Amino acid sequence: MDPRLGTALIVVFGVPAVLIGYIYTTEIVLRLAPEGRAGRIRPWLWLLPALLFVGVFLIYPTIGTIIRSVQDKAGATFVGLTNYAWFFGNPEALVSLRNNVLWVLLLTGLTVGLGLLIALLVDRVRYESAAKSVIFVPLAISMVAAGVIWKFMYAYKAPGLPQVATVNGVLQALGLDSVPWITVDAAAINTIALIVVMTWMWTGFAMVILSAALKGISPELLEAARVDGATELQVFKGIVFPLLLPTIAVVSTTIIITALKAFDIVYVMTGGQYDTNVIAHLMYQEMFSFGDFGRASALAVILLIAIVPIMFFNISRFRAQEAIR
Amino acid sequence: MTTIGRTQSPAPVAQGPSRLARGIRRVALHASVIGLMVFWLIPTIGLLVNSFRSADAVSSSGWWNGLLPPTALSLDNYASVIGQSGIVDAFVNSLFITIPATVIPIMVAAFAAYAFSWMNFPGRNILFVAFVGLLVVPLQTTLIPILRLFATLGINGQFLAVWLAHTGYGLPFAVYLLRNFMGSLPREVFESAAIDGASPVVSFIRLALPMSIPAIAALAIFQFLFVWNDLLVALTYIGAANSENLPLTVAVSNLVSSLGDGWQLLGAAAFLSMALPLAVFFALQRYFVRGITGGAVKG
Repeated sequence: MDPRLGTALIVVFGVPAVLIGYIYTTEIVLRLAPEGRAGRIRPWLWLLPALLFVGVFLIYPTIGTIIRSVQDKAGATFVGLTNYAWFFGNPEALVSLRNNVLWVLLLTGLTVGLGLLIALLVDRVRYESAAKSVIFVPLAISMVAAGVIWKFMYAYKAPGLPQVATVNGVLQALGLDSVPWITVDAAAINTIALIVVMTWMWTGFAMVILSAALKGISPELLEAARVDGATELQVFKGIVFPLLLPTIAVVSTTIIITALKAFDIVYVMTGGQYDTNVIAHLMYQEMFSFGDFGRASALAVILLIAIVPIMFFNISRFRAQEAIR
Repeated sequence: MTTIGRTQSPAPVAQGPSRLARGIRRVALHASVIGLMVFWLIPTIGLLVNSFRSADAVSSSGWWNGLLPPTALSLDNYASVIGQSGIVDAFVNSLFITIPATVIPIMVAAFAAYAFSWMNFPGRNILFVAFVGLLVVPLQTTLIPILRLFATLGINGQFLAVWLAHTGYGLPFAVYLLRNFMGSLPREVFESAAIDGASPVVSFIRLALPMSIPAIAALAIFQFLFVWNDLLVALTYIGAANSENLPLTVAVSNLVSSLGDGWQLLGAAAFLSMALPLAVFFALQRYFVRGITGGAVKG
């Protein structure tokens, strides 16, 4: 028997038991306190475990990374913005910035566009749930597995040889030359090929949410417009699309963050070679290949800064939601 | 789940499009939906077929030939991957990592969500807004200080390190989702329990938890898939420090570099790594979808 099994079982049953024991104990202690004070202290005791985890694993390290980003490789001396200057002055690093911009624009545009199109189409067929499952299922697998699946999709043999993989097989059947998709860096073709993999994974996410929003639109409203003689395109442009806009914004924020944090696909499919690097992968390389924690921290902070506007967008949306709750 | 069918057929208006035009439109509709489904399935099917073919066949002809007679499909690649590449150990490691890393954050989050939903205290709203803000903090900004913290504690490379890290990373979303759900439970239930003398602990265990099962199920699926499919956290905190503890994602990505064009073996390894998440997904798809739509579009 694997000794680790014992540990895992202790954790799975022990942690909930300890937490419930903790809450019971606090309740017994609180009974000794006067009623008013107990009511004031209790919430904080219930929140304490969550606050500890969030404090130790999110807040403290974020501050630590910001500080580390203005220190040198060894972390001994303050170097000001040197690490940031390196990023913005180094052609290779700037390629990863360019690629992240491509990731954000293309992944968001493709997943939201395709997700909306598919949501509209499947709404009109009887096998809707089967069709949705097919589009949605890639979201359940790891990006590593998706990377393997698609590395094979793009697999390349020199023109003239029999092609073994799908994309070049189709080209060959059409009488065209095969293309080494993930090593061609001209016009960022390989980066786009990687973005297609994530599009394949994340379109289902956009589709599911947009489809739910679509079904929330009152059928009477659409019917009334149609009776008044509006064409399907007019119904979409005048009613459906404006009503879906808030949902599209929400979906887009999630996908923008996914695009900014892109790492796994690049790690598995190209290792950042052939000009396909992205900021998160470059950060990993600075950490583990070059041991430069200063630069790696600066890269992490750059990602954080890119995400801060979305953070504020989410907070204001949440506030608006609470106001009507 | 029965979706309430909206009347799909165009309203029977006198001057509707002609029957022929409508027929063409239906054909185009079905052709595009089925075309998209095929397009989405082909990448997976290609590698799946190859995972049952011999090395010679895979390197000399397209995967589609595997479907043509005479078919020579076998499970040899799966047997050989299971036999030698450490995939089985990695599978067990993934389980050891994923199950505690799913249970702990849900438990911790449930207490916090209850406090946010049904207890009054100054600063409650501000604090919850902070959790909403933390939802999007990229975990990249936490890697370096936590790596150093784990080194100080001497737990780098151990499961404990990933359990703790995944709990911290998963908490904001878990608290957010559970609080939204618990907060929408009927107030009267908790008020009458309090009048009957039930303490908050009893209300929590007897009422809030059982009533929140749908949200907890959705959350469990998310966290399970997130941790099972994670690469970066495992690479960083287990990484090379302890190769015996590496999960499936890292093992499969190592095979990508060591096997190169051995698609039949890579395919077998990839499908073994996908088996459990796919089973979870198909068994609990309804909760999964509900969690996504409930988390993103409220009301």
